Amino acid sequence: MIADFGFGVLVVTFILSFFSIGAALYGALTKSYPWAESARRAMLLTFPLLTLSSLALLYLLVGGHYEIQYVYSVTSNSMPLYLRITALWGGQAGSLLFWAWLLSAFTSAVTLRKWERDREFLPWVILVSSVTLAFFLSLVIFFENPFMSWWQTVSGEVAAMFRPAGAVLLTPRDGRGLNPLLRHPGMIVHPPLLYLGFVAYIIPFAFAIAALITGRTDDRWIRITRRWTLWAWLFLSLGLVLGARWAYDVLGWGGYWGWDPVEIASLMPWLTGTAFLHSVIIQEKRGMLKQWNMLLIILTYDLVLFGTFLTRSGVLSSVHSFAQSAIGPMFFAFIGLTFVSSVSLLIYRWNDFKAEVEMKSMLSREALFTLNNLIFIGVLIVCFWGVIFPLISELVTNQKVTVGPPFYERATAPLFGALMLLMGVAPLSAWGHSTIKTLGRALWKPALLAALVMAVILAAGMRNAVALIGFGLVALVLIVTLYEFWRAARARSKTSAENFFLALWKLTGRNRRRYGGHIIHISMVLMAIGILGIEVFQTETQGTLPQGSSLELAGYTVKFDSVAQFDTAGGRNVTRAVVSVFKGDRYLGDLYPRRDYYYESSQPMTIPGLYSTLADDMYIILVDWQPISASGATFKVYHNPLVNWLWIGTFIFVFGILVAAWPEKDS
Amino acid sequence: MQSSANFGRGKFIVGGLLILAAVVYLIASSTSASAEYFLTVDELHAKASSVIGRNLRVSGAVIGDTIQYDPQTLNLTFEVASIPGDNKAIEAAGGLAVVLHQAVIDPLRARLKVIYNGPKPDLLRDEAQAIMTGQLGEDGIFYVDELLLKCPTKYEEALPAQAGGN
Repeated sequence: MIADFGFGVLVVTFILSFFSIGAALYGALTKSYPWAESARRAMLLTFPLLTLSSLALLYLLVGGHYEIQYVYSVTSNSMPLYLRITALWGGQAGSLLFWAWLLSAFTSAVTLRKWERDREFLPWVILVSSVTLAFFLSLVIFFENPFMSWWQTVSGEVAAMFRPAGAVLLTPRDGRGLNPLLRHPGMIVHPPLLYLGFVAYIIPFAFAIAALITGRTDDRWIRITRRWTLWAWLFLSLGLVLGARWAYDVLGWGGYWGWDPVEIASLMPWLTGTAFLHSVIIQEKRGMLKQWNMLLIILTYDLVLFGTFLTRSGVLSSVHSFAQSAIGPMFFAFIGLTFVSSVSLLIYRWNDFKAEVEMKSMLSREALFTLNNLIFIGVLIVCFWGVIFPLISELVTNQKVTVGPPFYERATAPLFGALMLLMGVAPLSAWGHSTIKTLGRALWKPALLAALVMAVILAAGMRNAVALIGFGLVALVLIVTLYEFWRAARARSKTSAENFFLALWKLTGRNRRRYGGHIIHISMVLMAIGILGIEVFQTETQGTLPQGSSLELAGYTVKFDSVAQFDTAGGRNVTRAVVSVFKGDRYLGDLYPRRDYYYESSQPMTIPGLYSTLADDMYIILVDWQPISASGATFKVYHNPLVNWLWIGTFIFVFGILVAAWPEKDS
Repeated sequence: MQSSANFGRGKFIVGGLLILAAVVYLIASSTSASAEYFLTVDELHAKASSVIGRNLRVSGAVIGDTIQYDPQTLNLTFEVASIPGDNKAIEAAGGLAVVLHQAVIDPLRARLKVIYNGPKPDLLRDEAQAIMTGQLGEDGIFYVDELLLKCPTKYEEALPAQAGGN
């Protein structure tokens, strides 16, 4: 009943999205505002409808209606309520519905704004979002329907939406349960945040296409979507970092980022999105890079679809491809279609979107921003090459060759270094015109200080070139950025008679985007400290220990005390070791690395024991144990220096975005 | 005026090309330094001398009797039998489970001795598929850096196990 209702609502929404497409197109072509308004209302209606459909699925998930195939495949009796809710995005069909729901929410929100000044955009924005929505709904309705039931027919069990002739409904007593890897708090937030980021980028894309079609060449579309872009970027970035944190906590291999094709697929729209974030500033300030911005947002949109496609289609094998399905060709066709038509449109309008002024100086702020963009695209090309290289080499040489993490690390490290250098230099350059002389005058003191920091680190005994350069760049960015704050606040407090901190506060409030951006730069280099720490200085050891004996690593001692095995709620068998951690002779605490075995899916999961400080993490994995004597167990121990700064940087990052995106009083 | 604008643009084009060249260089050098070649055990034996020391990824069927593990030193050795590298060929031969089984019982099938240092994975058992990354030594033994195992599990089965009519 409820399933039929949920599915029926989906079909109605699908038809409605087609009406919205038709009405928007007709309204735009005949310049008839009532038709555009009608399209807008249809679009607004998709949100409550998809909410109803999602609620129907949630009801089935929470109630354990295992006669529904999707419910059967992602929930089970032993799962607590919160996991049954998160199962909405725990499988393919549900996550596509969730995607569509988010898109309708965002589109509704954007159509509720005041449109007086931008009436010509309205029908085109609705058209682009309705087409995207209709595409996702068609996937949910025709290919990945979460509302299908199990039926017993003469020839066996089948899953179908409607009762096949002579079939009876099958009601399994229990479901298969959510993939254990997804039963983690990190998994509650990682996929939705990533999806929020993905979906939010559709809004600036819709406005960009509207600007291209209407030929409105000013930066209005960028100003309207400025905040959308920031939020999209926030969500996408947080989704990436939380995914990394989840991998660190749950996957038990001592790291957080494995250059897995699916990780790369979600990094790629982040790269173009980050480039876009910088280059739109140039269009606003200088009227340059208009065509480039269009290209970036088109790329971002299609990379978002590509990212969803990779995670959802199972074409590439990875930790994420728990989903296998036939929707691949559909995605491929839709990505191709939208890319070709958007780029054709851009080429058609190419001359209208020429820059208003010529870029003059190689060291001007706009030139350095452009350089930053090119480097981001460079990283994108590296990533893209890594993902498609196996396919190409198989086509050309008939030999399957792949590239792993070393490829990405080697090829991207110099590019990320260059980006950090730009973060340090660009804030000191001037708009329009900078010379070596003017830039050098601003730069030499911070550069000298950064060199001093490098000398101190070198004197302290560090000989690793990558880390030395990395920490030097971190120092440069921190010095330049903090100096920018200090200089501006001091100047303000001198002229306005405010004290320094009030001046700092007011200053940031007056120019949120600039100083929010500075805070984000600080957060990025803090994250870089964590990444350098774990990438360059990670050490590991492993060993089988009899009870009471210990392992040593990086000045820490890990003593194996005991191991116990027991069943817990949630259909798990837990093997939990107790180890005590010492630094020198000082006792720091007990850790409980464990292995959970899920009966339903006969799948083990390794949860590390973690002792974390600002300087380093001890990361202990229980690998093996002797079950009968309980006298020995095998541990793998990682020492991860500085990795905590990655997570600390994330908090500062969020703060920076909030500063940049907080609504200004005057607008 | 015109010529100075052209000169200005030329400067930027040269700059852009330099960056492009740098990116291409980074990609090319990193690709050749870290490429991993997928080979079957058969192909490995055929090419043996030419691939010694290269990064290889080899997949094979684990032969249960040959597994030796010392929990003190974490030394693990076993042998794998050749299976096709292509998914389509595996499907055509009746699926992964059938292919693995046939490879293990066939005494004429090419085999490869493998050494790995690390904890013995749970899934390492007879007729599991081992996906190994490592280098072939002069002694014809495959030294594995990374060991992944796949068992044709029942987890992805499509049909409900306990079904009651309704």
